[in-house]
Amino acid sequence: MNVHEFQAKQLFGQFGVPVPRGREITSPEAGAAWATELNTPVFVVKAQIHAGGRGKAGGVKITKDKAAVPGLVKELIGKTLVTHQTGPKGREVRRLLIEEGAAIAKELYVSLLVDRDSGWPVFIASTEGGMEIEVVAANTPEKIIREAIDPAVGFQSYNGRNIAFALGLPAIEPAVVNPFIQMLGNLYRLFMEKNAAMVEINPLVITGDKKLVALDGKVSFDDNALFRHADVQQMRDLNEEDPLEIEAGENNLNYIKLDGNIGCMVNGAGLAMATMDVIKLAGSEPANFLDVGGGATKETVAAGFRILLKDPNVRGIFINIFGGIVRCERIAHGVIEAAKEVKINVPLVVRLQGTNADEGRTLLAESGLKLEVANDLWEAAQKIVKLTGKAA
Amino acid sequence: MSILVNKNTRVVVQGITGKEGSFHATQCKAYGTQVVAGVTPGKAGQEVEGIPVFNTVRDAVKKAQCDTSLIFVPPPFCADAILEAADAGVKLVICITEGIPVNDMVKVKRALRGKDVRLIGPNCPGVITVDEAKVGIMPGFIHKKGVVGVVSRSGTLTYEAVHQLSTLGLGETTCVGIGGDPVNGTGFVDVLALFEKDLETQAIVMIGEIGGDAEEKAAEFIKKNVKKPVVSFIAGITAPPGRRMGHAGAIISGGKGTATEKMKALEAAGVRVCSNPAELGATVKLALGR
Repeated sequence: MNVHEFQAKQLFGQFGVPVPRGREITSPEAGAAWATELNTPVFVVKAQIHAGGRGKAGGVKITKDKAAVPGLVKELIGKTLVTHQTGPKGREVRRLLIEEGAAIAKELYVSLLVDRDSGWPVFIASTEGGMEIEVVAANTPEKIIREAIDPAVGFQSYNGRNIAFALGLPAIEPAVVNPFIQMLGNLYRLFMEKNAAMVEINPLVITGDKKLVALDGKVSFDDNALFRHADVQQMRDLNEEDPLEIEAGENNLNYIKLDGNIGCMVNGAGLAMATMDVIKLAGSEPANFLDVGGGATKETVAAGFRILLKDPNVRGIFINIFGGIVRCERIAHGVIEAAKEVKINVPLVVRLQGTNADEGRTLLAESGLKLEVANDLWEAAQKIVKLTGKAA
Repeated sequence: MSILVNKNTRVVVQGITGKEGSFHATQCKAYGTQVVAGVTPGKAGQEVEGIPVFNTVRDAVKKAQCDTSLIFVPPPFCADAILEAADAGVKLVICITEGIPVNDMVKVKRALRGKDVRLIGPNCPGVITVDEAKVGIMPGFIHKKGVVGVVSRSGTLTYEAVHQLSTLGLGETTCVGIGGDPVNGTGFVDVLALFEKDLETQAIVMIGEIGGDAEEKAAEFIKKNVKKPVVSFIAGITAPPGRRMGHAGAIISGGKGTATEKMKALEAAGVRVCSNPAELGATVKLALGR
C-alpha cells in the first residue's frame, strides 16, 4: 500500500526524521490560514498524488508571497497531472502539501528496503540526491552505497558510520554526520515497526544552516502486515486506486487492469501471468490480470465476470482453470450459474484441466451457453484470439 | 532416489485441526505419505483421521519421531510456527501459508541461518516425490513417476508443467514449489544442486516469474554446475513495471526483474527457455532426445 508524501512526512516526524513544517491542505481558505501560521520566507505548494514526476508536470509551485498561496491552491486542486507514472489519463489532484522552503546546500539520497537475496534490510545511499536513483545506478554505479543491516541485532552506529564515510559526508559537511547516523537509525526503526516495504528520502537535504531535512518522502507498506497497523490502514486513499481493483479486493479477487482486449480469469498468480503471456503470443493483449485464488466458487466467478465486463475494452473472456484442490465440475457449475446472473455479451472460451476436467467440460458443453470449451492452454488462447480479432 | 522427501519421511502437520490443515493432512496420508503427527496448541489427545494431535512440535518429535513439518498455520502466527519446528529439531520445514509479513520472514530467515534445518516456502504448494510422499497441496493424481525434476515459484503453473510431462510419458521424480514470496527459505540454486546430484533425475524444469534476481542467480549456477538439461519458462513477459502480480514477490521494480532479462540470462547459461508455457513438456522431450 502506498501513501501520500504528507503522510510519509508525518511518520518521519513521529520517528525523529527531520522534515519541513507542513500541512495537508484541500481548500484555498485553509491554505491562506496555514500560510499565515507557517510565516516563512518561501512557501512550497505540492500536489499530493501517488505518482512521481510531479514537479515536471507542474504539480509543485514555489512562492515568496504569502498572499499568492490561496491562488496556487485554487490552481492545483482539481487539476489533472500527467506524469510518466500516471499513464496518459493522468491523476486528479485532491489534496496539497504546503510547507516551508529550504535553502539547499547539498542533496543526498537515502532509501531502505529488504534485499530479497539475503533477506536482510539494506540501506541505499548516494551523494546524487534529487535525481532518479535508477539513472544514477545505471550511469554511475560507484556512487551507490549499500549497507545491509543484520535483522538479529538491528541498526548499529557502525552501519551509520559505514554509510556516512562512504558518502564522504565529513568532507561535505561535518556538522551533519552525527545527526545523519541518528536519522538512519530512526528510519530503520520506522521501517521495522510499521512493516514498511520501502522508505525513500529523495532528496535528503543539507541546508544552508547545516541541518538535515527530508525534502521529499515516500513510504510504501507490506499489505500482508496491514492487519497489525490500524493507523497505517487509515492512510489509504481510495481515490488513488482503480475502482475495479477496489471492487475486486472486496470480493477477495486479485485483479489488475491492463490495456488489452481479452479479459482473463485464472486460478493462481503464476498461471494467470502465463495466461496473459500466451494471449500475447497468440497475437492479442490481455485486458487484465485476475487470480480467483484456490477456492474459486460460483460467487467468485460471478464477481470476476462482473468486473471483467465493466472494462469497456474487453472484447472476449478467457477462463483458464487448472483444477487441483478446486474441482473443475464446480468451476463449470460456477460459470453456468454466473452466466445466468451476469449477461455475457462477448465471446467466452473456457479451458479446464486437472481434477474432474472431463466432467466440467461436459457440463459446459451441455449447458446451452454460448461458449467454446478447450483442453489445452495454447488451443484455448488461439481460440479466443480468433474470436476477438488480433490487437490493433 | 529422489530429493527432499521420500517414503521414509515422517511428517508432522502444524495447524492440523484447521480447515486447510485437516483436509490436506488427510489428502497427503491418502497419497501414501507417512503423516504421523499433528500439532495444534491446546488440542493434544485429539485425532484427525487417525493422526494423533500434540500441543507442541517438541512433543510430536519426541513421541512420533517426525523429521519434516508441513505448516498451515495462519499468517500472523506463522513465523512462530516455523521457528518452533526448527527448534524442535525438524530437519525439513515446508510452509504452505500465504500472506506472511515480509519482516516476519526476514527474522525467520536470519534465525535459521547456520541451523541444520531447511525451509521450503512460504506461499508454496509444497514438495512431492512421485509415488512416495506428497507433502503439500498439489493434486497427486496429475503426477507420474518418471525422470524430470521440477522446481517452481508458482503453484498452478507448476501443475500445468507437470500435466504436460505426465501426458508425454516423461514423468517426474520430485516437484518442489519454492514459493512466490520475496523472502523465502530454499531458492532455485539449492534445489538445482540437489537435482543435479540425484541419480533418477535426467532433466530439470525450472519455472520462474518476474521480480527479484533468483533466476539470474540460478543461471549463473547452472552455467558452472549443472550438466543435466534444464528447460525453463518465466511468467510475466506481459506484466507492466510497478504492479504486483498476485505473488508478493512478482513485481518489476526499478527496471529490474523483467522476464526478458531473466530469459536472456538463462539462455546464456545454456538453458532451453520456452516463450510459450504450453511447450514446456515437448521441449523437455526434445532435450532428452526422446
